[in-house]
Amino acid sequence: MTARGFWVLAMLAMAFPLSAVQYIVGGVQGHATIAEALHLASAGDTVMVMGGTYREGNLLIDKPLTFIGVGRPLLDGENVHDILTLSGRNIIVMGFRLENSGISAMNDLAAIKCIDITGVHIEDNQIARSHFAIHLANASDIVVRNNSIEGVPRSEHNTGNGIHLWKCKSALIEENDISGHRDGIYFEFVSDSRIRCNTSRGNLRYGLHFMFSNDDRYEGNRFIENGAGVAVMYSRKVTMEQNEFLHNWGNAAYGLLLKDITDSYIGQNYFVHNTVGIFMEGSSRMQILWNSFSKNGWAMRIQASCNDNRISLNNFSGNTFDIATNGTLVLNDFDRNYWDKYDGYDRTRDGMGDVPYRPVSMYSMVVERNPFTLILLRSILISFLDKAEKAIPSITPELLIDRRPLMKPVRV
Amino acid sequence: MTAMWTLTRYIFSDIIRNKVIVLYAGFQLLAALLLFNLEENPDKALLSLLNIELIVIPLISMIFSTIHYYNSYEFIEMLLAQPLGRRQVFLSEFLACALSLVLAFVVGLGIPVLVHFQDLLAFNFLLTGTLLTFACTAIAFCAAVLARDKARGIGIVLLLWFYFALVYDGIVLMILFTFSDYPLERLTLLLTALNPIDLTRVSMMLRMDVSALMGYTGALFKEFFGSYRGILYTGGILLLWTILPLIMSLRIFRNKDL
Repeated sequence: MTARGFWVLAMLAMAFPLSAVQYIVGGVQGHATIAEALHLASAGDTVMVMGGTYREGNLLIDKPLTFIGVGRPLLDGENVHDILTLSGRNIIVMGFRLENSGISAMNDLAAIKCIDITGVHIEDNQIARSHFAIHLANASDIVVRNNSIEGVPRSEHNTGNGIHLWKCKSALIEENDISGHRDGIYFEFVSDSRIRCNTSRGNLRYGLHFMFSNDDRYEGNRFIENGAGVAVMYSRKVTMEQNEFLHNWGNAAYGLLLKDITDSYIGQNYFVHNTVGIFMEGSSRMQILWNSFSKNGWAMRIQASCNDNRISLNNFSGNTFDIATNGTLVLNDFDRNYWDKYDGYDRTRDGMGDVPYRPVSMYSMVVERNPFTLILLRSILISFLDKAEKAIPSITPELLIDRRPLMKPVRV
Repeated sequence: MTAMWTLTRYIFSDIIRNKVIVLYAGFQLLAALLLFNLEENPDKALLSLLNIELIVIPLISMIFSTIHYYNSYEFIEMLLAQPLGRRQVFLSEFLACALSLVLAFVVGLGIPVLVHFQDLLAFNFLLTGTLLTFACTAIAFCAAVLARDKARGIGIVLLLWFYFALVYDGIVLMILFTFSDYPLERLTLLLTALNPIDLTRVSMMLRMDVSALMGYTGALFKEFFGSYRGILYTGGILLLWTILPLIMSLRIFRNKDL
């Protein structure tokens, strides 16, 4: 060997110091079990699982591996186990179908469980009939993308969440399809994360449940026919953009429930056919802009405990009630919204009505006090009373007023 | 029986040539066309038409029927001189009057609504409108039979309209607030059945304001009125509102000294 040849070889060896090994499970000459391959593999290797059904109880991955299913192998938890447990760093899981994780009221059994992990990438898996589908605890640098998750809705206390994050950082939850769980996506103590373009449908409690999670952003998601829509609680600096909240119907059903939220932004969302579009309690310094509320029972219900919120440039059309509130104190600013019930005029031709609009009708205050009076909805007597109240407000909060209502809907 | 149909047909063809009926149909048609053309959202137009259904239909049906009865008084006397039963004569008067009003409603409001909506909502609108017309005509005939004097009859009918359209809801509101500490589910259902206009309103609003009514109390009403059974129930009670006043007025009419 010449000296030059030696150097080339040495440089190649430095470029690929530990050339990754590929382990194959199943097929003709592969390993018989996944556990065996996982045991043999070392950091940076790839374990490829061929199509077939594998019943191996709980599989633990605790080193940086790429774990790939080819031909969508099925990992069956036989209704007893956590199926996959991931821990450590830099783990990729792709292309599997996971079914029948165990169900337990004591432990949070899950199809894919990640504990104490940095760098985890879960993509293109199908998860069915599991307790929790993807459960992440104390994790960071997370990508959960394009998984389809389908649960069996039982009752709230013995059904787990679809994608569950507890004490996580920097997560990206993207393009997943979740149905039939307790909460579609659950965030608790999660910061600096994004939830993008997911569809959460038909979950027992919330489509998205968000607690004590600051500096997060969710956008482009669809929340359809969930028990109570989306709940965002006790959080700061949350951005909610371009989501669709559809058909969340029921006694305590909201498109979006905000409880003790501050400094957040809600923009360009669609609220259609919800019993209550947005329910706000104890929330302050929110910017609610460019949203569309249509055909809801109540577009917004703003409790008197909210202050310094700005509700502007939104479209309200076809709602039974535009705004409801529970007191006379109003510390929020309504400005330049489009209200389809507005019947004023615009003589100055600046696109804004010359007469202020009062979005809270007397009747909505009456219904607030005595819900049975809902039976008088659309009664002629009620419309007379509403007209009288508009002329001389006595029950409705005097300051809840849009002084510059738009004449035409805002183009979003 | 054939005599009654012949008579009904005759009176019917007489009434539909009446200017008032033509005006009534024309007014409804104009209102419907204007609303559907001016309003971008057909749902909102239907809401306004619902107000017409709830105010104008009862008012016109009641007053027109009363006046018609008094105006046909001599004609009725003449008919009764023929070999015709009182029941037959009275029923033909009622049927002809109600059917012509229904025709005006179907032409005026029904067809424009059917052009824009082809669902259960439109069907419900037509059905309740028709039955409401029948019920109001029956109530008006009852009042007219009771009072011999025309002014008095019209006065009674106006008061009844005022009561059903406005006062009744006030009473309901008062009851609901007075007894707000008690479970009122069944009571509210009963209260709506005691007023044909309210019944029509509730059955329509259950289809239009679904989202609001999915809340706590609404769910009960929705469950009750929402299904096909609910339509049957509404229709049944409205029919009772036709049949009961009719039976009462027939009784009076049969023994009345004309």
